[in-house]
Amino acid sequence: MQTPQHLDAKNGRIVNLDDLKTIAEQEALLKSQLKHRIFVCMGTACQSCQSADVLDSLTREVSTRGGQAECLVTPGGCQGNCAEAPLVVVEPGGQLYRGVAPGDAASVIDSLKTGPVKRLLCDTTAPFFTEQTRLVTEYRGLVNPERIEDYIAVGGYIGLLTAVTELTPDEVIQQVTRSGLRGRGGAGYPTGLKWSTVAKAVSEQKYVICNADEGDPGAFMNRSVLEDYPFRVLEGMAIAGYALGATQGYVYVRAEYPLAVKRIEKAIAGAQRHGLLGNNIANTQFSFHVEVRLGAGAFVCGEETALISSIEGGRGLPCPRPPYPAESGLWGHPTLINNVETYTNIAPIIRNGGDWFAKIGTEKSKGTKTFALSGRVKNTGLVEVPLGTTLRKIIFDIGGGVPEGHKFKAVQTGGPAGGCIPAEHLDAPIDYESLQSLGSFMGSGGMIVMDDTSCMVDVAKFFMDFCATESCGKCIPCRVGTVHMRDILNKITTGEASLEDLAQLEELCDMVKYTSLCGLGQGAPNPVLSTLRYFKDEYMAHIIDHLCPAGVCAGKGQDIRRPACVL
Amino acid sequence: MRVVTLSINGQHLSGRNDESVLQVARAHNIDIPTLCQLDGLSTWGGCRLCLVHVEGNNKLVPACVTNVFEGMVVQTESERLARYRRMIIEMLFSEGNHICSVCVSNGNCELQDAAQSQGIDHISLPYLYPERTVDASHDRFTFDPNRCVLCTRCVRVCDEVEGAHTWDVAGRGIKAHLITDLNQPWGESSSCTSCGKCVQVCPTGALFEKGKGAGEMVKKNEFLVYLEEMRQKRS
Repeated sequence: MQTPQHLDAKNGRIVNLDDLKTIAEQEALLKSQLKHRIFVCMGTACQSCQSADVLDSLTREVSTRGGQAECLVTPGGCQGNCAEAPLVVVEPGGQLYRGVAPGDAASVIDSLKTGPVKRLLCDTTAPFFTEQTRLVTEYRGLVNPERIEDYIAVGGYIGLLTAVTELTPDEVIQQVTRSGLRGRGGAGYPTGLKWSTVAKAVSEQKYVICNADEGDPGAFMNRSVLEDYPFRVLEGMAIAGYALGATQGYVYVRAEYPLAVKRIEKAIAGAQRHGLLGNNIANTQFSFHVEVRLGAGAFVCGEETALISSIEGGRGLPCPRPPYPAESGLWGHPTLINNVETYTNIAPIIRNGGDWFAKIGTEKSKGTKTFALSGRVKNTGLVEVPLGTTLRKIIFDIGGGVPEGHKFKAVQTGGPAGGCIPAEHLDAPIDYESLQSLGSFMGSGGMIVMDDTSCMVDVAKFFMDFCATESCGKCIPCRVGTVHMRDILNKITTGEASLEDLAQLEELCDMVKYTSLCGLGQGAPNPVLSTLRYFKDEYMAHIIDHLCPAGVCAGKGQDIRRPACVL
Repeated sequence: MRVVTLSINGQHLSGRNDESVLQVARAHNIDIPTLCQLDGLSTWGGCRLCLVHVEGNNKLVPACVTNVFEGMVVQTESERLARYRRMIIEMLFSEGNHICSVCVSNGNCELQDAAQSQGIDHISLPYLYPERTVDASHDRFTFDPNRCVLCTRCVRVCDEVEGAHTWDVAGRGIKAHLITDLNQPWGESSSCTSCGKCVQVCPTGALFEKGKGAGEMVKKNEFLVYLEEMRQKRS
């Protein structure tokens, strides 16, 4: 594409809102010259179903027919219904095709003239699509994640340039505070308060860190957001840098997310090329650099002090707080750590104002939240709803309920520190406080649906095993306590446990919860505590009757004890 | 630095606001059990034995890393704390292979002392009986990981005081264990200066001098405080 003339004079640097407008107009012009745009999702789920081949064959099909001038085939982002990958969207019209094979290319291109391919068509009037509120994923995957122009065309970087050229750092923080945004990593700490604490800290050097060490079983929201909207995460971080007086940022992302790593690295290079990262952003005194740091697969590195230690090159071990990172973080300097999704919310808050954001959600929990819906639910995938939406709406309306005529039993939220919420609480609104009062936790947004084929003791055992494996080993309650709790749960599922064991399990839960050093240990007992609270009968069936009601630990009606050795 | 007044177990005391609850308590002969903490080393906060109640804070806080403040109200003893402390010590006994009767540190062991002070004569948790190999490759010292409680005093003294950083921790969770250099036998370590500081700060019989029989290994770690003082005076 042609680069606007005056941008050339600035070596491609974008320094003000007019430059953004020029690019957006250029993109609009390009778009108007095209009759059709075909987006092929290039997220991890779709790529694993050969969407790259689909992209290739569609591109080839268009060029053999000589239609490149009026039909653009481009990589796109996640549509949400990952279970039906690979997904293709045709614009205008917004037809969503699911399960597209490379061999379907001809029919898809034919359809541009003859009408939608019925056998591939997804019903976008279904609640899965209509009941969602897209804010974090607002472009519905209809931007090429590797092209900064695509992002600018949908309003990207207006937030950063407005902040840097028109607002004082204090005014930026005020907008974030007014928005009522709370940390999306799970604990829900008010973002504005965190920012103002770091801003007030006196230091020549401050840091901004993006926590992309998503490790909860069943969670993939951050991965998807990083893959699809890397520029928006960087924009949010740069705005934070401006507001706090930080010049250096780090994206700490797990190495198990190769595509997200590739996209964020590409985006950093792209943003630098256009002067939206680097020295003197918008020709002001403000400079902001971002580097990527890879996590080596330790779950505990999502804990902020362990994450800092890992960036510093040490073992990923948590440290007692206070001092909090806001006061003394990376290399002893004041440090802001926010989750991917928190940063993603920043640009629209600055663009539209904090009050606009505060209108969405509930009184104490503002905005929307993405959830990774998985487990025994019809529509698995990535969904986004306003906070305050009920669990029932997410699981039964958007998620389509439990498949194959099974009965809903519980939904697990909040990862290994979360809990299982039973059917009687399905009408509870999802916000930070109500989930906590139900014995669970917002967490980063994993949501695992379970039906009558799931044994709740087995579920608790799975999470405890996860915590025992992922414990860093620094503090005794977590290092040893999780192993003993796992062993007792093991005994229960094999019918070898007594009521005394159950009492000891409860005692260990209490002790580990209140004496562990960091969130991993403090949260580890939660899956046991919540299943004990709502499904104690299942524990009792294992211990007293030696039966597993769900038929997981042994077949239904069968004794769960191991047969005695006859030799 | 400011002088503050606070109350510990109902006793009105004074301290400096750069002192920890543990320091102020000990200065006034109030005993709070510890295992990983050692004067002269950085704080670690891993053993959780020194957890105390602080009024207005619904979480238990570790006394070793919590500084005192004006008007602070601390309670170092309660039925709940006693229960937790007992469980922590039981966990340590269940985690390793601690057999006091044959141990070089029998009678001079901080883990044994802590157990006695909490009135522990048996444990209710099952023993895990891990398989751990003794490293006797060093000329003068032996490392018996069966008795290690992972307090990391050896790691810290080697790094912070000796400056060699021979010791470190490898592995995660229950599999976490001490290593020398890049997991070589101690005797082959190129960084170890054989100063023996790690041996003297070890609270149990995990690190000991060769040639010592059961109950013969007495640790002397007072040197640390002197070293710290001397170095401060010089700088």
